[in-house]
Amino acid sequence: MRIALFVTCLADTLFPDAGRATVRLLERLGHQVEFPAAQTCCGQMHVNTGYLRDALPLVRHYVEVFESCEAIVVPSGSCTGSIRHQHAMVARRYGDEALARRAEAAAARTYELSQLLVDVLGVEDVGAYYPHRVTYHPTCHSLRLLRVGDRPLRLLRNVTGIDLVELPDADTCCGFGGTFAVKNADTSTAMLADKMRSVLDTRAEVCTAGDSSCLMHIGGGLSRLQTGTRTVHLAEILASVPQTSVPRTAVRQPSEPHPPEPHAADQAGAR
Amino acid sequence: MSAPTFLGLPTAPRGVGHLRGDDPFPVAARRALADSQLRRNLGKATRTIRAKRAAVVGELPDWEALRDAGQAIKAGALAHLDRYLEQLEEQVTARGGVVHWARDANEANEIVTSLVRGTGATEAVKVKSIVTDEIGLNDALAAAGITAHETDLAELIVQLGHDRPSHILVPAIHRNRAEIRDIFLREMGDVDPGLTDSPSALAEAARLHLRRQFLSAKVGISGANFAIAETGTLCVVESEGNGRMCLTLPDTLITVMGIEKILPTWADLGVFMQLLPRSSTGERMNPYTSMWTGVTPGDGPQQFHLVLLDNGRTAALADSEGRQALHCIRCSACLNVCPVYERVGGHAYGSVYPGPIGAVLSPMLTGVEDNASLPYASSLCGACFDACPVKIDIPSLLVHLRARHVDEVAQTRRVPSPEAVTMAAASWVMASPARFEAAQRAGRAGRLLGRSGRIRRLPPPLSAWTSARDAPRPPAQTFREWWKAEHFAGEGGRAGGVSPPSQRSRGPGAPGVVPRESGAGGRPPGEAEHGDTP
Repeated sequence: MRIALFVTCLADTLFPDAGRATVRLLERLGHQVEFPAAQTCCGQMHVNTGYLRDALPLVRHYVEVFESCEAIVVPSGSCTGSIRHQHAMVARRYGDEALARRAEAAAARTYELSQLLVDVLGVEDVGAYYPHRVTYHPTCHSLRLLRVGDRPLRLLRNVTGIDLVELPDADTCCGFGGTFAVKNADTSTAMLADKMRSVLDTRAEVCTAGDSSCLMHIGGGLSRLQTGTRTVHLAEILASVPQTSVPRTAVRQPSEPHPPEPHAADQAGAR
Repeated sequence: MSAPTFLGLPTAPRGVGHLRGDDPFPVAARRALADSQLRRNLGKATRTIRAKRAAVVGELPDWEALRDAGQAIKAGALAHLDRYLEQLEEQVTARGGVVHWARDANEANEIVTSLVRGTGATEAVKVKSIVTDEIGLNDALAAAGITAHETDLAELIVQLGHDRPSHILVPAIHRNRAEIRDIFLREMGDVDPGLTDSPSALAEAARLHLRRQFLSAKVGISGANFAIAETGTLCVVESEGNGRMCLTLPDTLITVMGIEKILPTWADLGVFMQLLPRSSTGERMNPYTSMWTGVTPGDGPQQFHLVLLDNGRTAALADSEGRQALHCIRCSACLNVCPVYERVGGHAYGSVYPGPIGAVLSPMLTGVEDNASLPYASSLCGACFDACPVKIDIPSLLVHLRARHVDEVAQTRRVPSPEAVTMAAASWVMASPARFEAAQRAGRAGRLLGRSGRIRRLPPPLSAWTSARDAPRPPAQTFREWWKAEHFAGEGGRAGGVSPPSQRSRGPGAPGVVPRESGAGGRPPGEAEHGDTP
């Protein structure tokens, strides 16, 4: 299948690993990935902060870039949620019914990664290998806007080598909420503290989710407190196979030759 | 076509009642967050009530259908509110009651005060009622020399503690048993000094304290959960039976009711009697349901007055998107599931309507400018929408009110706010891939801030983020740069247009699929990225 990637502005700029992993995963499953280079941002931050008029050009831009695509994958529950549940609303608010219909048509072919894998591509075992203790945080918009349910967990349970541990109070918000984390930083921090407590209680070395934004929030807290637990996007776990695991000491310049393959478990132990 | 501005319809007036806080939400929340006893009390109470609600909602196979029915009945009632209110007035009047129309809190307070004065009484007993707290009725009565005694146990705790309610259903949720014992010992006067903090001992102390008031009161004051237009019947649901005492023992009963509480028919009540107890207390059925229709000679109050209150409700109704907030049946399920409410409590919202529904309802009643911080007091996690028994889409309403606020600020300010400038600039940048790429390149200067692999301090307003969280260091290569390098090697990194699909579909685990990729996720956050020199 030919799948267009909407990588999201956040992953493009700050978390390219999530995008690269999405490409690698889908290609490994035998699909063709294209990256429409004109893509930018879905406008979610503008909408959720109340700047709907400023979001309108971004909605139009998304529709123009992606409406010719057969299927669109997004490694983010909240951006997919915005595309599916807000784009047409924004267009209608400013009286553009034609754009609203085009937005609805594009949104209907836009899938969050786990939705695409399970519902469209019909796969739950993606052949991944990830020998780490992992806990999964279901992000609010993937859970309650998109209703992805246990699709991400079904994908994770099929990963070879993974030690998947349940997150207590998993469906409670981590406190990110976009500009909420800045406008109500104290409340956001209190929510983050409770989420970090839950993550640390699992003794997982990795906290994963389908949204780079929520992971940036949880990971930023875990890093500040030197907890030793890291955040990794779901796509990166699903894209992992033994051959692509590289120990941290071997991260190198792109021009350098490929290093010898280590055993993934060794690098886990080394950390 | 932008969101219409509803000039001309009056909102709840300033200077009376309890719909506005002294401080914006972030300031009040910071105070509440520092109170560790409050955090513990709220966490324990909301966790308990969440579990009870989930259990009794889960056992109903037709819960979703009930929610749909509740939503439809409320939407229908509000669509013809004028007709149903007049029908209610006719029915109540025909059955011996007197109906009063109050435009706002001041009018309602004047009506009730003069009615109580007319009986010659200087005291009144009250059924738990949020609407009378919304209009500040107790203060108005006190100014007229009339003492209003709260009889709901939690309202009594709040009143004796010179405190404010912090929850729609459990006004004293912020207090634990030990604190309640202290309040009783300090304020009740006639209490046994050996009072313990066991729930039964506290309830018995309240019972003895209240019984004298029930038996001597000449006037009762209540709110209403529902009013049925076709019969003129009022309904109050409660747990303690104290409400029924107030509704049946005094000679005069005065009920204050928001105009949105109306149900068209008796049959509609059946839906809400299933939705409300399960959503509020987590019970299949509440212990006391009192219903009365006008006056029954020789039985119960012989004088019945119904005060119909607007106080901003018509203004809310005029907002075609926002009006669904008026569907609220005050169950408080959204408060109990809200991660913000659970941590900051009700006082931070500054209104008698706290939590997610309060963050919507309060600004709609007062006008957004008077409660401008409330629509932002949410991470938009959506738990409230899932819990709402009448399916109020609270997250979408919060966004709608944020938009109303942004539009109002834009209209009133001569110079745009810094936030508005930032948002407009971001929109301009993001509407063009070339500008976006240029911004990404400029943002890479942020790498200088995070030589250790993460950024520990950013300038305002992002300093609010780095007060408790590290920020990610921009990577050496954005995704689109990587894609170009991968797919256009030798083509000079062609930019723009739709890139051709990748043609490298190989077997699982084929080595060298993406030869320059670093370990998938096997890297701590912020550690040297691919292409970086460690």
